[in-house]
Amino acid sequence: MTTRYTPTAIVLHWLMALLLTGAFVLGLYMSDLKLSPVKLQLYSYHKWIGITLLALAIFRVLWRLTHRPPEIHLPRWQQRASSAVHGLLYVLFTAIPLSGWLMSSAKGFQTVLFGVLPLPDLVGKDKALGVLLTSVHESLNYLLLALVLLHVAAALKHQLIDRDGILSRMLPGGVAK
Amino acid sequence: MKLAKFALLGLLLNACAAQAVEYNQVIPAKSALTFGYRQMGVAMEGKFSKFAAQLVFDPAKLASARASIDVNLASIDTGSTDADEEVAGKKWFNAKAYPLASFVSTGVKSIGGNRYQATGKLTIKGKTLEVTAPVTFDGRAFDGSFTIKRLAYGIGTDEWADLGTVADEIQIKFHLVVLASPAKK
Repeated sequence: MTTRYTPTAIVLHWLMALLLTGAFVLGLYMSDLKLSPVKLQLYSYHKWIGITLLALAIFRVLWRLTHRPPEIHLPRWQQRASSAVHGLLYVLFTAIPLSGWLMSSAKGFQTVLFGVLPLPDLVGKDKALGVLLTSVHESLNYLLLALVLLHVAAALKHQLIDRDGILSRMLPGGVAK
Repeated sequence: MKLAKFALLGLLLNACAAQAVEYNQVIPAKSALTFGYRQMGVAMEGKFSKFAAQLVFDPAKLASARASIDVNLASIDTGSTDADEEVAGKKWFNAKAYPLASFVSTGVKSIGGNRYQATGKLTIKGKTLEVTAPVTFDGRAFDGSFTIKRLAYGIGTDEWADLGTVADEIQIKFHLVVLASPAKK
């Protein structure tokens, strides 16, 4: 019986956790800034991180579909809740960058990855659609925040209260049993 | 007989028209003034919705051809309200002190077929520089474009002078739909 996630899954998990936190905080901060070169730069960085996350998310979904996670024995309701949260997280990992990409297109600001690779505009310039996609992008992010908090709370509960070592399956180097 | 008379009259009228066609009326509603630039490596486009153009153009009399365009800088549409307000400000156009950008031609020459080269003086923000634009004319509209360097006009100063964010080169494109009327002799 495997007791740990594959190194690939572990790297993907923590890399995405790091980038997601960065993109989220950046997104919150930059949107309230007064227009300046710094604001334009931050928007670009945010978009680059977002597209990187989209690529990682697609790879991660494929990895998850072809690799079984380590088995654990949990009450049925916890299994179900865990599957639901993880499923939704995967949906958001792809839906959020996509909504941002579409929103950029609708607002007439093409996404050019790392300033060199232009991504196609999936929708034409459309002010009303841009406004709508902005609120979709924001709402999905708050949903993501809620799910991530739930995910972290569950992991901490297993680690600190149940002391069942579930967290160690995802920790680098197999520490903290 | 009657028919022949009409035909003759028609021919005469035609000959007159062909001899002296002067294009001297610009139709603003059908014309467009747009610009392109790069921001963080991304190609961006915008337009000016208010401008007034006067021109006199007779392909047979290029020496007397002239054109002038006054652009209302506050009518800029960059695609975002924030940016429209920013570029009207002091660091960019300073549109309160310098509401217009104006182009006045100094010469037009033919570069073959329906292609011409227009030279003139472009004044923005109190600074005048010479620009040259290749122009094509299809009998209905003048189309042309030229590139200016924004810093040469002091457009986008202080923190905006950083060319890594907004590039120096701005491509200006114009599409002027014109009407002809018989030239005055």
